[in-house]
Amino acid sequence: MNHLKIKYMQIIKDKTLINNEWTFVSDDDIVSDSGNITVSLSRWIDQQNQLRGRSGKTGIRLTPSDDTGKLAAILSGIELIELYFPNFGDGRHFSHARLLRNRLGFQGEIRAVGNFLPDQIYFMSRVGINAFQLDDHHANEDATNYLDDFSVNYQ
Amino acid sequence: MYQYNKEDQTLIEERVAQFRGQTQRFLNGELKEDEFRALRLMNGLYIQTHAPMLRIAVPYGLLSSRQFRKLAEIARKYDKGYCHFTTRQNVQFNWPQLEKVPDLLAELATVQMHAIQTSGNCLRNTTSDHLAGVCTDEIEDPRPYCEIIRQWTTFHPEFAYLPRKFKIAVSGSEHDRAAAQLHDIGVYLIKNSAGEVGFRVLAGGGLGRTPLIGQTVKPFLEKTHLLSYLEAILRIYNLHGRRDNKYKARIKILVKELGLEKFIALVEAEWLAIRDSMTLSEERISAMKAHFLPPAYDLNAAEGDHFLSEQANPEFSKWLTHNTVNHRINGYRAVFVSLKAPDSPPGDITADQLDAVAELSDLYSFGEIRSSHRQNLVLADVKQADLFVLWQKLHALKLATPNIGTVTDIICCPGLDFCSLANASSIGITKEINEALDDIDYVHDIGDVKINFSGCMNGCAHQSVGHIGILGVDKNGEEWYQVTLGGSSENEAAIGERLGPAIAKPKITKAVIDILDVYVQLRLESETFLQTVKRISIEPFKNKIYADHKR
Repeated sequence: MNHLKIKYMQIIKDKTLINNEWTFVSDDDIVSDSGNITVSLSRWIDQQNQLRGRSGKTGIRLTPSDDTGKLAAILSGIELIELYFPNFGDGRHFSHARLLRNRLGFQGEIRAVGNFLPDQIYFMSRVGINAFQLDDHHANEDATNYLDDFSVNYQ
Repeated sequence: MYQYNKEDQTLIEERVAQFRGQTQRFLNGELKEDEFRALRLMNGLYIQTHAPMLRIAVPYGLLSSRQFRKLAEIARKYDKGYCHFTTRQNVQFNWPQLEKVPDLLAELATVQMHAIQTSGNCLRNTTSDHLAGVCTDEIEDPRPYCEIIRQWTTFHPEFAYLPRKFKIAVSGSEHDRAAAQLHDIGVYLIKNSAGEVGFRVLAGGGLGRTPLIGQTVKPFLEKTHLLSYLEAILRIYNLHGRRDNKYKARIKILVKELGLEKFIALVEAEWLAIRDSMTLSEERISAMKAHFLPPAYDLNAAEGDHFLSEQANPEFSKWLTHNTVNHRINGYRAVFVSLKAPDSPPGDITADQLDAVAELSDLYSFGEIRSSHRQNLVLADVKQADLFVLWQKLHALKLATPNIGTVTDIICCPGLDFCSLANASSIGITKEINEALDDIDYVHDIGDVKINFSGCMNGCAHQSVGHIGILGVDKNGEEWYQVTLGGSSENEAAIGERLGPAIAKPKITKAVIDILDVYVQLRLESETFLQTVKRISIEPFKNKIYADHKR
C-alpha cells in the first residue's frame, strides 16, 4: 500500500491533483452559511432560494436515479455537479454527464464521487466528467495516468 | 474484409496494455475480486470450472486464413490444442492461464483480433448473416454496416456499464439467417416503396430466462441516421433499464414494462435531439463498402462438365446437397464446414483442423472463412470445379459430415463439463443423440430439424428457439432436461412450447428419438418438422413421451 500517496482531501481536476474544497451535506444535516457544499437535487429544488443566499458556494449532487431533465431551469450559477456512484457498475451517470454537457450546456465542474474505479476515468472524461474524487482504496498518485489509457477512439 | 488502419491497431494494442495492467494489479491485490471481475469480463475472461475461459471476438463472423492460423497457434501454446465456436460467431478458449492471458491477447493483436466486449454488461459483438455478400436473396451486403456499428460500439464511453449485456445483429437478406429478431437490437436492410434502401429497426428481442421476440421500433430508417438511432435506443436503455434485478435488466424487459408505444416515444424524442449532430455520411458508407468488395471471381466458373460426372459419387452428392448452398455467382457455391462430427463436441475444432481449413480457404475460397451462429464454418466462395477435391480433403479432416441443417447439426453449449453456470451436461447427451441417429439416410429423410441444447437457464445455445429445445435443469443435484417444441430463430421467429415435466437424464435421448418418430409417422408429404408441429400441436408428442412414465 506504499503507493497511496494521494492526500485524503485531494482530487483530480482537469488532469491535475488539487485540494478538494467542497463537502457534501446530506439531507438530514443542517447547512451552514459558509463553506462550499453540495446538496441533493431534491434539496436544491426545495431550498434553492435560501441556498443561493449562502456566503459559501452550493453545488448539486446527483444520484443515478435522478432525472437531469429537472436541472434545466435551475442550473444558473451552479459551479459544481457531483455524480455520486453507489457502485461502479451503475453506468447511468455516463449518460447524465453527456446530457449535462450536450443538452443542458453545463460548463462548470462535473465530478465523479463515490465507488468507481480508476479504470473508468478515461471513459468518464470522454462523456464530460472533468474531476474525480477516488476513494482511498484507489487513490494513488498514478490515477491521472488512467486518463491516457487510450490515444484513439471511434466515437 | 475490413483491414485495420493505424488507429484501429493502436487501439487494440493499448487495450492489451490496459488489460495487462489490470491483471497485474489484481494479482498484486490492488484490485478487489469484484472489481477485477467486471473488468476482465469486459475483456471476455470468465473464471470457469477448470480454468479461465477466454472469448475472442469475431466481428460478424468473418476471419482471414492468417487469423485462423493464429488461433491454431494459440490453441497449441495456451490451450489444449483446440477451441470452440459459439452461437454468436465468436471463438472460445477453455484452458488459458490467467497470468498468460495478456500475452495471448498481445499475440491476437498482431492479426487484428481481440476480446474486447465479448462479455460483461456492455455492447457485444455485432453479428450477421454467414452468407453475407454471396447469398442469392440479399438486398444489400450487411457487413459494411456491421463494421460501422462495430467501430461505434467499441469502447463507446457512455455505454460501457449498461444494466445488462447488449447484442446487435444485422441481416441484409429476405431470409433472416442472423436471428435478428432475437437480439436486443435487430437491424434489417430493407427497400421502401420508393426503392430506397434503409433499415427496419427492432428492439427488445432476447433469449435467456424470458425469451421474447423483438418488435419493430422504426419501420424505415434512412441510412444516414443509423448511429444516431442506435445511440438514442442505448441512451434510453442505459437511463431507464432496470438495475435492481439482473434477470429483469435486459432491454426486452424495459420494452415490455413500458409498453412498445411509450418506449418508442422516448427513443424518438431522444433521437430528434441528436440526429442532426451525428449523421453517417455517404462518403463514410462508400469508404466502408470498399472494404467488402467481391473477390476476383472466375467468370467462366460455370463452364466444364467434370462437375456433373463427379456427382455420380453418392457420398459427394450427399455432401453437395446438404453442406453447400447456391451462390450469387454462377459456377460458385458456399460450402459449410461441419463442426458437428458425431464424436466431437459441437462447435469444437482442433489446432490441426484450424491450420488445414486456413490452407483450404487459401486454395479454394480467397483466404476467408466465416463462422455461423449455428456453430459451423463457411467457405463462401468455392468454384464448383474445386468442390470435389475440397470435399475429399474436408472428409479426411472429419469436417465433411453431411448434416448441415439436419437433426445432428445440434447447437450446444459447453454445459456442465466446462461451464461453472451449467446445471446439466450437454455435450455427452449430444453424443448420445448422435449415436442413436447414426443412419445418415434417416437423418436426411427427417430433414430440417434444429435441436438447440443448453445446460442451464442462461440459454447460450438458444434452446427456446430450437425446433426441439433442450434445457438442462438441476433437480436435487440430479441432471434433468426440459423439452420445448416449435421454436424458431428465422423469419417466422417463435418461442418453443414446453412439452411437459422435465425428463430424467437416462431417458432424454429416447425422448428425442420418440419426438422424431412421431413426426415421421404423422407428417404429410413434404411437410417439415416445424410445419407438422404447427399443424398437429404438441399433444401427439406429449402423449408419446409421457405415456411410458405416467406417475
